[in-house]
Amino acid sequence: MSRETLLNAGLALLLLVLPLAATALGEPFYVSLATRMAILALAGVGLNLALGFGGLISFGHAAFFGIGGYAAGILAGHALNAEPLLSWPFEFSGSDQMHVVWLVAALASALAALLIGAISLRTSGVYFIMITLAFAQMFYYFAISWPAYGGEDGLSIAIRNGFPGLNTALPMDFFLICYVLLMLALVLSWRIRDSRFGAALQAARQNDVRVAALGIEPFRTRLAAFILSGMITGVAGALYADLNRFVSPSMISWQMSGELIVLIILGGAGRLFGPVVGAMLFVLLEFLLGGLTERWQLFLGVILLGVVLFARGGVIGLLVGRARHG
Amino acid sequence: MAEPVLDIRRLSKSFGALKATDDVSLDLRAGEIHALIGPNGAGKTTLIQQISGALKPSSGSIRFLGEDVSALDVAERARRGLARTFQISSLTPEFSALRNVMLAVQARQGSSFRFFRDVMTDASLTEPAIAALSRVGLGDRVRTPAAELSHGERRQLEIAIALALRPKAFLLDEPMAGMGPEGSRALTVLLDGLRAEAPILLIEHDMDAVFALADRISVIVYGRIIASGTAAEIRADSAVRVAYLGEPG
Ligand SMILES: Nc1ncnc2c1ncn2[C@@H]1O[C@H](COP(=O)(O)OP(=O)(O)OP(=O)(O)O)[C@@H](O)[C@H]1O
Ligand SMILES: [Mg+2]
Repeated sequence: MSRETLLNAGLALLLLVLPLAATALGEPFYVSLATRMAILALAGVGLNLALGFGGLISFGHAAFFGIGGYAAGILAGHALNAEPLLSWPFEFSGSDQMHVVWLVAALASALAALLIGAISLRTSGVYFIMITLAFAQMFYYFAISWPAYGGEDGLSIAIRNGFPGLNTALPMDFFLICYVLLMLALVLSWRIRDSRFGAALQAARQNDVRVAALGIEPFRTRLAAFILSGMITGVAGALYADLNRFVSPSMISWQMSGELIVLIILGGAGRLFGPVVGAMLFVLLEFLLGGLTERWQLFLGVILLGVVLFARGGVIGLLVGRARHG
Repeated sequence: MAEPVLDIRRLSKSFGALKATDDVSLDLRAGEIHALIGPNGAGKTTLIQQISGALKPSSGSIRFLGEDVSALDVAERARRGLARTFQISSLTPEFSALRNVMLAVQARQGSSFRFFRDVMTDASLTEPAIAALSRVGLGDRVRTPAAELSHGERRQLEIAIALALRPKAFLLDEPMAGMGPEGSRALTVLLDGLRAEAPILLIEHDMDAVFALADRISVIVYGRIIASGTAAEIRADSAVRVAYLGEPG
């Protein structure tokens, strides 16, 4: 086993042990902290597909995070009031079941990613960053100006959506759901990285002229990656809304997009567990420093600067060295 | 006579006032090596760019395997069987030599939308890739990242990638440049046999290699083909001697 594999296994274990220990010690607050880590890590795993493997610096992934969040909020709201969300082409009265919410979140995010990607992926560099940002801002202002679903104030979820066989109101049950989804996404991300598709995607990041000269369309490859990426981040958004039992336009803000990028760069872009380390550190710093000062992001900025200047491969790169590609 | 594999008719390309390609007609027939020679800046690479689809000609047509490919993009032309190498090596630097070639094998198989299987355990990718690397003499550099290969080795890797595509025509842009005398000799032997697999449009400054290999030679100067013929005809052509081979008229 490589050092990176050992490190990854250790991190996966740590994230699981943390809330278990907290529960045993009767400190449920730390369970919700670990849940936050798992959810942000999941959102990061999604972004990492596009940003890390594909080199697509999306500054608009909050759009998918927010779409997932609103999927959870809106479906739950309609289910609670028993007023149909759709009456045509079929009757659909919302849902308070997580698996339905995730499906809707993933499909809606896929659709949005198709739209955003089809346009933004025709550009590159700074233009790509700006167009993805612009799209996310459009979604943001749309959410703000949509009074039916809370507008600026957001939308509360009265009762956390359920999951068959579990009591999602229990912190540990909900954590396990998030943890298992994170692990599944990591397995998917790992398989994709080493697959033919992953090879084409990573090659397009390094040299898209070469990839096209081989007969592989960089655009199609990137679009597929962007959609998958948006779907995963969308599901994370649904979980985040269920964690807070609240969704608001701030989930779609550019700060949110920035935080997702930050946690990937912190952990190691393009590394399988980069988003996991990044999310764990991010939430930990927010907790430790946020208690001391409201300006905790200042310290985050200093740490980020250090990583960018001295550890280009993020924390993972610092601990186990550069990535090897076969 | 059968239609040529590649048939270029009256191609022109201007960059502002500069006519980089000026009414060029040229063909490539099955089984041959057609060399394209000319001084620096004559427009050889610009021509390759248009054939491969990277640049859009101002006018003229490009037919490949009996079909007009002018409207197709680079990737589509590559899938139809046009393989080009780059004058300045264009590789995926973080990938090993092996993975660079495996990507070509994967592209040839037309199967880049597979999301699960680990490519390194897929013998249908690794075996043809290793074979292509051995053929160009890189058999012992398989695991080295492309960025760590020497300049000459990168040139060899370019050729291995083209081989792995098993194209219907090769467009080689100065493959010998920077290879050293030994490398050039080895590549000359390789190309000599390769023409039986697919015809080669060969841009090359190494005149020993050109006269040893070419069935036909075309000479391009200031974007224009000024002469075209067998090696003996070109050697005897006085206009060519003045314009290119550097001899006084
Ligand atoms: N994108 C471009 N824009 C403007 N001018 C260009 C462009 N590409 C090439 N040129 C010009 O077109 C002419 C032909 O260039 P090209 O690279 O095709 O020459 P070449 O025959 O391949 O030369 P060499 O033997 O040095 O490789 C040159 O004068 C070059 O400066
Ligand atoms: Mg050139």
